[in-house]
Order: sequence, then C-alpha cells, then structure tokens
Amino acid sequence: MVVQSASASAALDDGVVLDVRGLKTYFYTRQGLLKAVDDVSFAVRKGETLAIVGESGCGKSITALSLIRLVPTPPGRIVGGAVSLAGTDLLRLDEKAMRGVRGNDISMIFQEPMTSLNPVMTIGRQIGEALILHQGLTRAAALARAVEMLQLVRIPEPEQRARDYPHQLSGGMRQRAMIAMALACNPKVLIADEPTTALDVTIQAQILDLIVDLQRQLGTAVILITHDLGVVAETAQRVIVMYAGRKVEEAPASELFARPLHPYTSGLMASIPRLDLIRGHVEAGRLQEIPGMVPALTDLPTGCAFAPRCQFAVDRCHADYPPYEEKRPGRWAACWRSDELYGAAHA
Amino acid sequence: MTDSRIDFTAADHAAELARAGAHVTGWRGATLLLIRRYPLGAIGAVIFTLFVFAAVFADVVAPMDPLSTNSRASLAAPSATYLLGADFMGRDVFSRLVYGARISLAVGLGATALGCLFGILVGLLSGYLGGWIDLVVQRVIDIMQSLPLLVMALVMAASLGPSLRNTIIAIAIPLVPNVARVIRSNTLSLREMPFVEAARAVGMGELRIALRHVLPNTLAPIIVLATAQLGSTILTEASLSFLGLGVPEPHPSWGRMLSESAAEYVRTAPWLVIFPGVAISLIVFGTNLLGDAVRDILDPRQRS
Amino acid sequence: MPEAAAKPVLEVSGLKKHFPVRKGLLRRTVGHVFAVDGVSFSIGEGETLGLVGESGCGKTTVGRAVLRLVEPTDGSIRLDGADITGLRKAELRPHRRKMQIIFQDPFSSLNPRMSAGDIVAEPLGVHRVARGKALRDEVAALFERVGLRRAQMDAYPHQFSGGQRQRIGIARALALNPKLIIGDEPVSALDVSIQAQVINLLMDLQRERRLSYLFISHNLAVVEHISHRIAVMYLGRIVEHTDKKTLFTNPLHPYTEALLSAVPVPDPAIKRKKLVVQGDVPSPVRPPPGCHFHTRCPYAVDRCRIDSPALREVVPGHHVACHLR
Repeated sequence: MVVQSASASAALDDGVVLDVRGLKTYFYTRQGLLKAVDDVSFAVRKGETLAIVGESGCGKSITALSLIRLVPTPPGRIVGGAVSLAGTDLLRLDEKAMRGVRGNDISMIFQEPMTSLNPVMTIGRQIGEALILHQGLTRAAALARAVEMLQLVRIPEPEQRARDYPHQLSGGMRQRAMIAMALACNPKVLIADEPTTALDVTIQAQILDLIVDLQRQLGTAVILITHDLGVVAETAQRVIVMYAGRKVEEAPASELFARPLHPYTSGLMASIPRLDLIRGHVEAGRLQEIPGMVPALTDLPTGCAFAPRCQFAVDRCHADYPPYEEKRPGRWAACWRSDELYGAAHA
Repeated sequence: MTDSRIDFTAADHAAELARAGAHVTGWRGATLLLIRRYPLGAIGAVIFTLFVFAAVFADVVAPMDPLSTNSRASLAAPSATYLLGADFMGRDVFSRLVYGARISLAVGLGATALGCLFGILVGLLSGYLGGWIDLVVQRVIDIMQSLPLLVMALVMAASLGPSLRNTIIAIAIPLVPNVARVIRSNTLSLREMPFVEAARAVGMGELRIALRHVLPNTLAPIIVLATAQLGSTILTEASLSFLGLGVPEPHPSWGRMLSESAAEYVRTAPWLVIFPGVAISLIVFGTNLLGDAVRDILDPRQRS
Repeated sequence: MPEAAAKPVLEVSGLKKHFPVRKGLLRRTVGHVFAVDGVSFSIGEGETLGLVGESGCGKTTVGRAVLRLVEPTDGSIRLDGADITGLRKAELRPHRRKMQIIFQDPFSSLNPRMSAGDIVAEPLGVHRVARGKALRDEVAALFERVGLRRAQMDAYPHQFSGGQRQRIGIARALALNPKLIIGDEPVSALDVSIQAQVINLLMDLQRERRLSYLFISHNLAVVEHISHRIAVMYLGRIVEHTDKKTLFTNPLHPYTEALLSAVPVPDPAIKRKKLVVQGDVPSPVRPPPGCHFHTRCPYAVDRCRIDSPALREVVPGHHVACHLR
C-alpha cells in the first residue's frame, strides 16, 4: 500500500518522535457513518513544526484528539491504525497507561484557554499538578517549577501570577499559562489546536513567537492544527492539508505555498485575501472562489471528495478516489491531475 | 470507553451504526429508537397514556357507576365483580379509580397549563421590559418561592372554597414563580441574540419582537418545565383532597378516597387504602419518568 | 476628517458611548466603560470604510450606536443628510430603511423557528412594502440575488450551511434596499473557502447598488481587500484614518505599525521586520492617561503619558493621533 510506504520511509528518518499510520476515527451517528479521519498517516520529527490545515469538518481536530485518545465516545471511535511514540503504539495502551502519556509525553493546548483551565484552582497548582502526577515531585518542588515555567513563557511577576486564579488573567496570559502547563513535563510532542484563533492579532503574534522560541529552546515537536494559512506560513516547516477526513497534500511549507500540487490547496490560497499591499505587491482583483461547499461526511462522492468543487475535475476524478502518492521528492498529494497542473502552472 | 479494541471489521461498523440508530427512517423507526434510548421515559409514557386513556374513556372502561351505592357490597373484598373491592358504601373501587383519573388529570393538566400561561406572561414581561418592573416582579417571586408549595396551595384552597375550578387555581398559583423565573432568564439571553437585534434594526416594535422572536424560542424550556411539574401538581391535588380542601363530593378523587378510609379501614379493608395510593404513586412516577426523558431529549445540556 | 465623496451617506462626529458599571443592591453607578470615546468619520456613497481594531476597542459599539441599537452618550449621527441622533423610536423608523446590519454569527443571527423566507420577508412586512404574492416574489428575487434558490425559502435555518445562512442574513439586510450596510465581522465565522464567496458577493452588491459599507473586522487581510478607506481603533478612539493603500504601505501610528506586523502573512517567502508589542490591551474601564497606547508603545516619550494626542491631518487625507508624527 502506498500509504504504508509513505510512513515507512518517514520512520527510517532520524528523529521521528511520533509516527501515525493509517489512523481511522469514525463517528457512528443517526445520519450514518462519518469517516472523520480516514486513513491518515504522518510523522513528526524532533524540533519540527508540522501544521495540519483544513476547514471545519476536515478532520484536523479529530486527528489531534485521536493522538491522545480523547475522541468523544460515543459517537466517535478510533477504528484502525497505529500511533507510535518511541516504539509504543498508543492506540493499544490501556486507559491507565494512556493517562501516564497525556500531559507527560504528549500534551495539548486548546483554542479557548478559559474552558481548559480549572476556574477554582490557582495557576501555579494547575501547572504543578502534572508534575506531581507524572514526575512525582513534592508540592513545594512542583510549585517552584511552576513559577519557573511561568517565567519561561514570559509572564511578568511569575510568583504573583502563580497564586492567581484563571479569571484574574487576560486571554493572552491564560494561553501562556496553558503553554506553561503543557510544557511543564517537557513533552516530546506538543499538539496545539488553533492556539491563537481566539486571541487578538497583537497577542497572537506574541504567542506564536513564544511557541517558536520555546520549541527551539526545548526541541519539542509541535503539531499545529489551524485553518489560518498565515499562521502556517509563519510557523510551520511542513504542512498537511486535509479535506473531508483525508490527507490531500503534504509538503514542506515553502514549497506548498510556492507551488501547491492539489487543486484544493491552490484554491484555498487563491480564495484568501493575501495582504498584497503589505507584501509590496499590486493589489489583486476579485478573490477566486471555490464554488459550492464542503460536502457532508455522511454523503461523500464515490470519487475524489473535492471533485464536485474542482475546476480541473475530469471523469476519472468523479469515478475513482486518487491514490495518495509521492509526486515529487518530499511532496505528496492525492490528485489524478496534479502532474499536469504542476506543469501547466509553471510552463 | 471499556472496549478499546481497534482494527474494526465490516461487521463491527454495522453493529456500531445500528447502535447509533443510523438509517432509522419514518415515524415508527424514530419512535423505536427513542424507546431504546430512553427506556424509562418509554415506561413513563406508557403509564401516562394508560391513565389518560382511562380518564378519557372512563364511561367504557369502568364496569360500574362510580357513584351508585350498594349496601350489600359494603367493604367487599376484591373479586371478579369488584375487581379492586368496594368501599363502605358499596361503591366499586376500580370504577372510582378510573373516574378519579379524570379529576387527577384534569387538575394536573389544568393547573400546569394555567400556571405556565401566567408564568410565561410574567416571565416574558419581567425579562423583556426589565427596569423597575423586573425588580418588583423578582422580589415578589422571591417571596412566593420562600413559602412551601403545599402550604400556599392550602391557603389558596381554603380561602377560595372547594370546587374543581378553585382547586386548579389554588395549585396553579404556586407554579407561576417557577415558570416565570425560567422564562425570564431565557428571555434575558434571547433579548441579546443577534436575530432580535436584527429585528430592532429593521424598526420592529418591542411587543412584536417579544411575541415573534422571543416567545417561540422559549417553547422547549416550557415543555420541559411543564412535564416536570405535572407529577407534583397531581400530588398536590391528592394532598389537598386528602385534607378535605380539594375537589368536593360527589367527584371521586384519589386523595379523598384515601382520606375517607385511611383511619377506619386500613386494617379491615386495606384495598381501600392500597389501590388509591398505588394509583397516585404510579401516575406521579410515570409523569416524572416522562418528564426526565423529555428534558433529556429537548435540552441535552441539562443531562447529568 | 478625510473627504468622502461629495455627499456622505453617513457622518458620525464626536460619537461617545460610555456604559455605566453598576454595583450593589441599589445598582449605583461606580464607573464607566469608555467603549467609544469621541469617534468621527464619514462614508460616501458606494464607499467602504473598514473599521479595524482588537477586541474591546469599541468598533462593534460604533456600529451598534450608528444603528441606534445602543443610545450614544454624546455626538451626532447624520444619515443621508438627516440628523438621527435624538430621534424617538417612531421618528427613527423611516430612517431605519436606509441602514441595515449583517452579523458575525450566521447561527444566532437567524431565528431558528422562522423559515428562511419569513426571515427575509420580515423587514418588508414591518415597513409594509409588500404583501401576499408580491412579497413572496420580492423575497424570491432577493434569494436568487444572494445565490440561494427560490425553493429554499421554506427551509429553516438549521437546514443551511454557515455560508448559506450568511447569505440569508445578507438578503435580509438588502430587503429594504438600504443605502448603508454595517457589517459586523460578517465573514469571520465562515470557513476560508466560503469567506471568498461572501466577500465577492458583498463587493458585487456594492457595485450594483452603490451601497456604502461600514465594515467592522479584526481581520486585516479581509479589510485590506474590501475597504476603500480604513480607520484603526484602539481603546475607544480612532488612532489612524486614511485610504487603504497609504495605511498598508505607510502606517504612521505605532499601533497600526504593530498591528500590521503582527498579522500573519500567508507567504513563507516574505521575511518581514516585526514589531511585536508586549503586554495586553488595558481595560476600557480605566484607560491609561495621555495616549491610550503609551503603555505598549516602543516609542513612547514623557509627553505621551500625560497628553492625549488629537487626531490630526498630518498629510492631506492621512489622519493620525500621535505626538511623534
């Protein structure tokens, strides 16, 4: 199988921290079977930022939740695949062992920091809790380390803030506290699910700066889940594009933005206003629309899921789902026509 | 998740889908799915329907006239003729229970409907108009809610005098604050909704906004509240009648059937006490089960 | 104030909205949220003014105050030449036909218990523009104009996707054929591929009907694309106000500079010099004295901490509120 060889080659590379293979997370609902994540494979290396981009319902967040096995069950279930962290398949661990992984080897930060913090516990204790749980620190030691962590995420007056409750902090400070908590146990992988979407632009810049800096300092692998191509361009080295539960493209960030292989990726890029004036370009005219809308996962077409919206679709696209293949070195896509399009765009 | 098995087969997918109720179509399928999801609610619905059926078709269901006396059958034990026995005056207990269901449901439904109607009105006005009206209404509600429901109903019933209509009113009034409070808080959040702002931006009058945009969206909580209150109104009616303040003679009321026989016959003719008691408990139990299920279906956030 | 087209559709001057902060049993006023603190601008026919700023800067309140959904504390609002500031509800109603709003959230902005057709028909009914078959035809025409099908008129909001719902909201706003539409983050809640559809629709409608937009958004990329002129707000005040090109190529206020360098550009080939300002936006209940931005401004001098800078026209058509320019 093509997919298998894809991750097999990745696994051979040095520094692979997390290797995901053939992950399938399905939802069983009254409307029928929803393949929220359908045969998704990827690997993340130490110190690397891998972005998973896509629109709502593309399966990016469910992929993230699947990695730490927090998919809401029912209706969701992981029904296939493997998630290997240092040789251990997380999907085959029992719940107790999995709890030892979450927040320790893999940790996650969410979009809305307020709902993921306990409102009746001080920030310092919340950060310390993971340390007591996973690393057996005493309470005093955990608190001291929590203050260090707050300092690391550049929260001013860390001793004072450690005694504060979440509501006493601003949105940006709460997200910093979340990051401190996530990094407290020095995890191998940090999953950031839309970490700056709820924040203001100037605060977003601070937080992205911080994540990139800390990653460089600590060597954590980061999986960044986002819908914002701007955030991807500024932080990620490698990008996975998802559509309707599947990977449609994977590439190094610079190459993806320069020459997308999949029509969905190029459509997405052409449909966003790209700040031409800031980039010193002449202003673009009308935005290019991707016609139609994202299909319901219960009602996917037989062929390529993007075919009904794709301006390059031919009969074959409607009939058969294209294989996910390495089209150029390091560049993967699932499209029957990507070669022609790649050539045409730069002929 | 207890079963964390992965590597699903086709059969596993089918089984999971069936459990989720996929491909359920039509009215019958949907009903069956509801029954499977909320078995207790279904039991409640069955009990409630049985009582409603008995009340509506009392003339057909009851084998005898609930008011006709027969001195020879005085205190007759349950038998083929007197299914659940007969009382001191020789009246058939089963027939009286069947007709009693009419009273019970009439008071229960009537009081709930009346209480909700006024509660909605008060809650909507209080929440929508705000200001000092809201402040006054809220304090009145606070005071009303600090009095026990039964005591309030007792005072009402005693001052209004016993009759079916007065019983309904007496039970409805204490309901008003509960309903008003829920509707008010709903109205407060609805009032800030963008679709209400849009109506305002068009220049729609406040009264029309309240009726067209706010009221229809409080329907779900009202239904939840009403079904939850039904059991307690039926219980209150029984309590009032037990104390002689409820529906007067000659209507057969479960509460009075109990009170008439409780002291004298509990040893000699226990069926006079047991069956009305069972009837009251059963209907209250049934409506409560139904109410819980309705709440879960209409308001998933409250699910515990 | 930059000159708008010959006859402005909307003229706002010195607009203030202070929300009282009440506490205690007697709801005594203990302070004010200075949500909007002296804002002036105008919008010409067929023109889009982008109003940008971060949460709490007061941009949404400006929109709501213009629509008189909140009562302004001070200042005046002239719509199509008529002062609507002090008008009572009944007097205001005819003016409401000239301005409408599109909301951010396509879910909560439509009444879930009304059909899509009824939602769009409602403004026409309120103003008794049409009834019966004429009303239905009018609504059908609006549906088709915004890219929905006539057959979808009887469907309920939950049967539509987010983008389609936003189209319903646009049809409702268009129903009375207004001159001014206030868009309060109208594409922020939509998926990326749907945003372009809605932005294009709004721009097409503007061309067709000579509509004026007050486009409120935190998304600089979208504002850059859709606006002719842009006003940047910070803590209740406009700090910079000029045409789009000047703002994006030559921002003069340090806050604008910070905002522009903070926005992530979807192009990894671009390496920009970044001005990342530290700290958070202060509370609008207790805004800092002097220039509101001095607490985060890397260039602040003593004067900035005491003296509040006025919005001045430093270059023709380019207004900035900064002592250093």
